[in-house]
Amino acid sequence: MTKNHVIAVLVNDQPGVLQRVSGLFGRRGYNIESITVGQSEEPGLSRMVIVTEGDDTTLEQIEKQLYKLIDVIKVVNLSANPMVSRELALIKVKAEPAERPEIMGVVETFRAAVVDIGAGSMMVQVIGDTEKIDAMIELLRPYGIRELSRTGVTAMTRG
Amino acid sequence: MSAQIPAVRSTEQLREKWMKPEVISGSEILLRSLLLEGVECVFGYPGGAVLYIYDAMYGFDDFHHLLTRHEQGAIHAADGYARASGKVGVCIATSGPGATNTVTGIATAYMDSVPLVVITGNVATSLIGTDAFQEADITGITMPITKHSYLVRDAEDLPRIIHEAFHIANTGRKGPVLIDIPKDVSAQKVRFEPEHSIDLRGYHPTVVPNRLQLDKLVAAISEAERPVILAGGGVIYSGGHEGLLEFATRSGIPITTTLLGLGAFPSGHDLWMGMPGMHGTYTANQAIQQSDLLISIGARFDDRVTGRLDGFAPHAKIVHIDIDPAEIGKNVKTDIPIVGDVKTVLEMLNPMVGYSSKADAWRAQISRWKQEKPFKYKDSEDVLKPQWVIEMLNDTTHGEAIVTTDVGQHQMWTAQYYKFNQPRSFITSGGLGTMGFGFPAAIGAQMAHPDRLVISINGDGGMQMCAQELAICAINKIPVKIVVINNQVLGMVRQWQELIYDNRYSHIDLAGSPDFVKLAEAYGVKGLRATSKEEAERAWQEALDNDGPVLVEFVVHKGENVYPMVTQGSTIDQMLMGDCE
Ligand SMILES: Cc1ncc(C[n+]2csc(CCOP(=O)(O)OP(=O)(O)O)c2C)c(N)n1
Repeated sequence: MTKNHVIAVLVNDQPGVLQRVSGLFGRRGYNIESITVGQSEEPGLSRMVIVTEGDDTTLEQIEKQLYKLIDVIKVVNLSANPMVSRELALIKVKAEPAERPEIMGVVETFRAAVVDIGAGSMMVQVIGDTEKIDAMIELLRPYGIRELSRTGVTAMTRG
Repeated sequence: MSAQIPAVRSTEQLREKWMKPEVISGSEILLRSLLLEGVECVFGYPGGAVLYIYDAMYGFDDFHHLLTRHEQGAIHAADGYARASGKVGVCIATSGPGATNTVTGIATAYMDSVPLVVITGNVATSLIGTDAFQEADITGITMPITKHSYLVRDAEDLPRIIHEAFHIANTGRKGPVLIDIPKDVSAQKVRFEPEHSIDLRGYHPTVVPNRLQLDKLVAAISEAERPVILAGGGVIYSGGHEGLLEFATRSGIPITTTLLGLGAFPSGHDLWMGMPGMHGTYTANQAIQQSDLLISIGARFDDRVTGRLDGFAPHAKIVHIDIDPAEIGKNVKTDIPIVGDVKTVLEMLNPMVGYSSKADAWRAQISRWKQEKPFKYKDSEDVLKPQWVIEMLNDTTHGEAIVTTDVGQHQMWTAQYYKFNQPRSFITSGGLGTMGFGFPAAIGAQMAHPDRLVISINGDGGMQMCAQELAICAINKIPVKIVVINNQVLGMVRQWQELIYDNRYSHIDLAGSPDFVKLAEAYGVKGLRATSKEEAERAWQEALDNDGPVLVEFVVHKGENVYPMVTQGSTIDQMLMGDCE
């Protein structure tokens, strides 16, 4: 059965390592829904969080293939356990002064924030799991979304 | 017979001479580091970006550098050296076109898990990314076909990188490692510190298998009524052939060896069933399909072996022994996975294994199949048959030569009719199926074994893909016996067109091929031609008596097909038997 999996990959912070990882996915026909990279708790190591879709056999192969890369130190299937996952989105929404109070209402309900206001638009920042961000976008869509930028998921297991 | 190849000094002497910490160039560090890794022989081709490296080689004779005539020749030769010796093969090429010319050879080595260190030059670090003259992103290009790669940014890192590269190439699942060295780095002067320990946090191949899994295998063997061993190249690479012989004889389990596994098990042995798969034996394929326990050892279930996957070994419990955990479950669902080095696994397993006593009827069935359906061809007194030529090569060399092949029908006939009994005696491009591989690989194999007879068997098509390396044989007196099986066509393609494309022979006619005898002679290599059995025997004997390189062209029957054959989309027991019927 195909479903979404979230995997964390601890890698050496080397030039080309993102290319190695993403190239592996492309070449072997695995899907990447999102990929984020940044520093980890240890200097010299980065953590990638990859959201991918596939059945359990595919996930097993992905983990094993990742381990074949010399720069990969550790692979953890985060979605196998309770986890916290967060994504950030910036949404620039069309907002004439008359519509602003209504939009502010949506923003507050989602505990999002308005981080910029332009002549005919507002920029909304929302943080949460993927579903929350999807919902926020759907609610703002009727006003007219001018620009949208999502970071992709970062995540950790609980406890 | 012996190649005119000068002896290399002992590593001890070299260490003493070169181990001094001192300020030297990146190029000198490279050469010294190669020596410290025990490198005896390097194949390469110079150019602008590696000129500092070649300058450092001037007058240097602590390893041999063979100047091939094409980078493809260099990398296949390094590959042949590695396969024949078990050591790491080394190749040097310049940036841009030099580097990209090695791509086919890198992919060939990657598919067959051959340890190589490929050193490429690159433009100076300040020019990288500017589309400078002869710039190519070779680390990027080769990422999917290398086990690992390095772009060196500081000469200080060179000793560590080279040490790591050799370690990675020749441990775990072996494979090619690329080291890309920008020109300024090869010129940069730094203090050379020879000693380096290896600290690769993300790289710890599992050598010792899980004991409980071995217990499961032992239990499965005692239950099995129709067990089969499927052994592959991994047995040879790990040095596990003696363990394999012991395992098979202790357990009495019939065994088949894949193309790359030929030589891992003595071909004359009662338990041996021949090669499986597309052009394998009737016996091996039937045995796999009817088995109730299939023990794969160092083989990866390539589609040329399995045929249609969903009908492969339908009744068998599958055991998969492999050093690479990612191979397990990749193509075939595994019941007992065993991750570990094949040699180590077999050493631990053998004392635990008993005779599979429930399999007596099975062994009898297999003997009957072997009797009833051996490889067969219709011989002729008018034309030379390629199978007959291979049999003659086998008989006259008592199966003791190192044989390399190119890719095509001649490759399959060699696999079928030459009887391999020792590991590392059959060298062929299995996974990638690279035409142009066979002849340069033979040069490398001969460099690894100057005193052994090395035969390179080629088609008339593939011979023309790296024929320029005849020069290397002539100049260095490398006594490879080059066989050209000339059927005037791209034979294997012709066979597919006949059997699958309705006799529509599109673009397979090799009219315009050179006179191979004259071609050899033009390079200073002795050339001989045979068109009948009598001529063939005489020419071949003359080649064997000659202590230099000789090319022998055997003009053979054009329409010959390789049988048996499993066509694509069939299960492996659905075989076209052809002349083997
Ligand atoms: C580089 C490369 N190009 C194309 C092929 C496809 N191919 C496989 S076998 C073959 C024919 C080989 O003909 P020849 O060398 O004459 O050998 P024969 O089959 O006649 O023994 C070809 C073209 C290949 N394997 N490698």
